[in-house]
Amino acid sequence: MKKLNILTNGIIKSNPVFILLLGMCPTLGTTTSAMNGFGMGAATMFVLILSNMAISLIKNVIPDKVRIPAFIITIASFVTILEFFMKAYVPSLYETLGLFIPLIVVNCIILGRAEAFASKNNVFSSMLDGIGIGLGFTLSLTIIGATRELLGSGAVFGQKLIEGDGMLIFILPPGAFLVLAYLLAVFNKLTKKTN
Amino acid sequence: MEYFVIIIGSIFVNNIILSRFLGICPFLGVSNKVETSLGMGGAVTFVMAISSAVTYIVYHYVLAPFDIKYMQTITFILIIATLVQMVEIILKKVSPSLYQALGIFLPLITTNCAVLGVAILLVQNDFNLLESVVFAISNAIGFTLAMVLFAGLRERIELNNTPKAMEGMPIVLVTASILAMAFMGFSGLV
Repeated sequence: MKKLNILTNGIIKSNPVFILLLGMCPTLGTTTSAMNGFGMGAATMFVLILSNMAISLIKNVIPDKVRIPAFIITIASFVTILEFFMKAYVPSLYETLGLFIPLIVVNCIILGRAEAFASKNNVFSSMLDGIGIGLGFTLSLTIIGATRELLGSGAVFGQKLIEGDGMLIFILPPGAFLVLAYLLAVFNKLTKKTN
Repeated sequence: MEYFVIIIGSIFVNNIILSRFLGICPFLGVSNKVETSLGMGGAVTFVMAISSAVTYIVYHYVLAPFDIKYMQTITFILIIATLVQMVEIILKKVSPSLYQALGIFLPLITTNCAVLGVAILLVQNDFNLLESVVFAISNAIGFTLAMVLFAGLRERIELNNTPKAMEGMPIVLVTASILAMAFMGFSGLV
């Protein structure tokens, strides 16, 4: 049961976006549509799972003083691998996400999990933690992306649901802040009630 | 003229925080007071100006000749992390008063995506050395401007009553959204 807790912990209880408010740059920058949000979430999850596992494997070898630089290099290596993969298999998504793919390196979620979880736990738990937090992140980004796409162009995942052009402002930068603000307010309201 | 376009373009039109979404963490995290925002802005300007020059040189004289451009992410993050440490040590020795003002913000800059983001943008835009430094400094000014404006707004929000669910981050984000809308007025300027 404990293993299952690690997995579900990241999705709701310590959801990286809505509860911990980490990784705000990709959350706001890439969620212009549900597909882009999902793609960004999946890319981050890939790096998160692998870096969590690698760091948990080498945690005993790294001297305590240089652990942060060592973590960053590990993460950066996986991001470089991811860049190659995306360029080869999903070039159009790689183009749209652009700058935010290399910026996964400085995503605070990944470094945060390395420091808080992977450097203290075994490989299997670290992998589960990576999957859980990654799923939570992907889910949040997809929800934000879907909301912005629906309000901005009347479609979700490219499927037209509402007739008309929609409100362009939600696709533009101010819409990102606005949608996240109201989704957070709804999330606050719901979680406070259950407590 | 070209430099003028770069400066206005990166301070107002494509503001690094409000339209490129880089450096959101310090924007939401340390913009409670105008003074801390100014300190953070100063530290970012300092590091960004130096790091843009160093990453430019490393990219064009080390990575490009050896055809290992794909190493840019790893190289740039290493350069930035080392540079931040170095700036901290040098400032401590050379100018203790400046260190006092910027000191606590420096370690935070390594994981500030604005610095790495600008380094990568420079490579993508194919700027020369001088253009790179001008671009980096004007982006840092844009960063500081947005931080200081936002801190001023936040100081006033603190004193107001907000609905319970909107307390804290949601109301701050709504404010950021309105500020971003105001900055959209600059689009088409350049």
